[in-house]
Amino acid sequence: MNNPIVYDLMAARPEILVLTMAMVILLVDLFLSERHRYVGYVLSQLTLLGSAILTVATHTPGVAYVFNGMFVDDPMADVLKLMMSLATSVVLVYSRSYIATRGMYRGEFFALVLFALLGMMIMVSGSHFLTLYMGLELLSLSMYALVALDRDNPRATEAAMKYFVLGALASGMLLYGMSMIYGATGALELGQVRNALMSGQPDHAVLILGLVFVVAGLAFKIGAVPFQMWVPDVYHGSPTAVTLLIGSVPKFAAFAFFMRLLIQGLEPLGIDWQGMLIIMAVLSISIGNITAIAQTNIKRMLAYSTISHVGFLLFGFLAVGPNGYTSAMFYISAYVLMTLGAFGILLLLSRQGFEAEHLDDLKGLNQRSPWYAFIMLLLMFSMAGVPPTLGFYAKFTVLQAALQAGFVGLVIFAVLMAVIGAFYYLRVVKLMYFDEPIDQTPIKPQADVAFVLSVNGLLVLLIGLMPEWLMELCAYAIAQSIQ
Amino acid sequence: MIFQDYVFYALAAILLVAGLRVITARNPVHAALFLVLAFFTAAGIWLLLEAEFLAITLVLVYVGAVMVLFLFVVMMLDINLDKLREGFWDYAPLAGFVGVVMALEMASIVGVRHFGVNVTGTPEPHPVNYSNTAELGRQLYTDYVLPFELASVVLLVAIVAAIALTMRRRKDSKYIDPAEQVKVKRADRIRMVSMPAEKEMPENGEGEQA
Repeated sequence: MNNPIVYDLMAARPEILVLTMAMVILLVDLFLSERHRYVGYVLSQLTLLGSAILTVATHTPGVAYVFNGMFVDDPMADVLKLMMSLATSVVLVYSRSYIATRGMYRGEFFALVLFALLGMMIMVSGSHFLTLYMGLELLSLSMYALVALDRDNPRATEAAMKYFVLGALASGMLLYGMSMIYGATGALELGQVRNALMSGQPDHAVLILGLVFVVAGLAFKIGAVPFQMWVPDVYHGSPTAVTLLIGSVPKFAAFAFFMRLLIQGLEPLGIDWQGMLIIMAVLSISIGNITAIAQTNIKRMLAYSTISHVGFLLFGFLAVGPNGYTSAMFYISAYVLMTLGAFGILLLLSRQGFEAEHLDDLKGLNQRSPWYAFIMLLLMFSMAGVPPTLGFYAKFTVLQAALQAGFVGLVIFAVLMAVIGAFYYLRVVKLMYFDEPIDQTPIKPQADVAFVLSVNGLLVLLIGLMPEWLMELCAYAIAQSIQ
Repeated sequence: MIFQDYVFYALAAILLVAGLRVITARNPVHAALFLVLAFFTAAGIWLLLEAEFLAITLVLVYVGAVMVLFLFVVMMLDINLDKLREGFWDYAPLAGFVGVVMALEMASIVGVRHFGVNVTGTPEPHPVNYSNTAELGRQLYTDYVLPFELASVVLLVAIVAAIALTMRRRKDSKYIDPAEQVKVKRADRIRMVSMPAEKEMPENGEGEQA
């Protein structure tokens, strides 16, 4: 432990495990016959379990900067890494039979998912423009490949193309903004950038130009209006298993990216980026909720729903201070849990040669399977923000934080929009309970999917009833990490 | 102005014209060649900045490897330019407006007022025995070892993705595995069928004669 590089490496143990296992899975897959493809799946699940255990086991309440201040190991990173490992594991459980029937049940799929997870873990722990950017690129590249992995599907290829071109543009904007901030402050490490900003020396005009580009790049990546164009197309075109992945786990990383860049690095410029976030939040909530009403494809509907949820998330950042960040972290955890369940139901209804992606495919779900209809009901209520589900509590805390920060008008507007948004969530419930089923195929999930999906759905209700522990976890992570 | 200034302005002018021609040239091969020119002049500017190693790497990697490959691909593909340009004029006004606004914003900031010599100070030239390459190597393997390793992972993902997306095992392949051939047993190839013995039927013509 005297050697500094060993100390550095110790802080990154979960990342090292994920990286090593991704390469092992790639190699092992070469020697597997078609019948033994499940080995890759089992290895991935073990990796995710190991990464979750390692994250918990190596947790310390302190903040440690390693690799020359490029990588930070703090409670916020640990909590997010734990959640990301678990969420990725759930994604794999839901997607297994879907990818198996579509020729994607191969080592590359699992390796790319693990590489994407590695990218997200780096983003979560990045404390330097370079590491943040490298993590983002690792995540994005893996995602582009995953979207296109179903090669004979022209829609998936089109979605991958759009995602790639727009993602590259966003990366370019982000880098341009970072280079401007570097030009003004002379620092790449977030702590140094902050110190330089506090000193008041840097040229303000240059900083603002850089900030505009950084925020635009971030908004592109998280899918906030007016940079949301790619979200519905990519959600719609990707294989549902990949949509599930894109829609869920990376949101944790995006939250951390906002925290690191805007809060830990550029907080002294808060007055300047707050205005931009207000515009994006208002537009995201309104355009997301109103456009979602017109959708007949449930994947597109959930994409617009994501955009509106991003708007709510931004409210948490508006309320500058630990209270707001805690509520944003709580919101993102709730959002990921709900998204996992909703896409899990879609994957459950899909089978060989059939994609459940239209609202009509949910018609009469109650007659086909009352239990899963109930789970979907819980998820839709939660997304709409109906008490006593988790979604209600998440919206409540975010809006409360914004209210305390004095944004009364904005909060009233957000509540109105949430009411409009409730329409399309409740329409799904109406289709499930009051319409005749079109498709009569029995629903027979495997035992693991049935179990995880049931737990997922019930958690939305249970955490909604008892949100204290999750709230305390988020508050602990933020309080220990953000000074 | 000293000699370096003249060299810089000459190179910068060529770079700008080449960059403009990359996006305006009608023939994609010409566009790729203009890109090569742009890389060359950019390498020249880097040499002026005393970044010798990076300048040489730019020429070796981009001009030598990437652009040659790129030219191959462009020449192999049958690109229908008219189809690519379809709808160009529909979007031109909006795109032009956004482009001009962005260019003006950037021009107002990236200029002498904010990045001039009197703001940033004149950089000191390196001593004679300074090794650009050694310094880069030292930085990459000490201070920047984490991003350096991450870059290698990104490249690995690019390789995995490229292979996963393009490699197909042909269904009609007549490939034979020698190991399978060696291991083959008689039972794999010959199937013994037990059939009842058949009586030879007299042929029609002969029957008539008899």
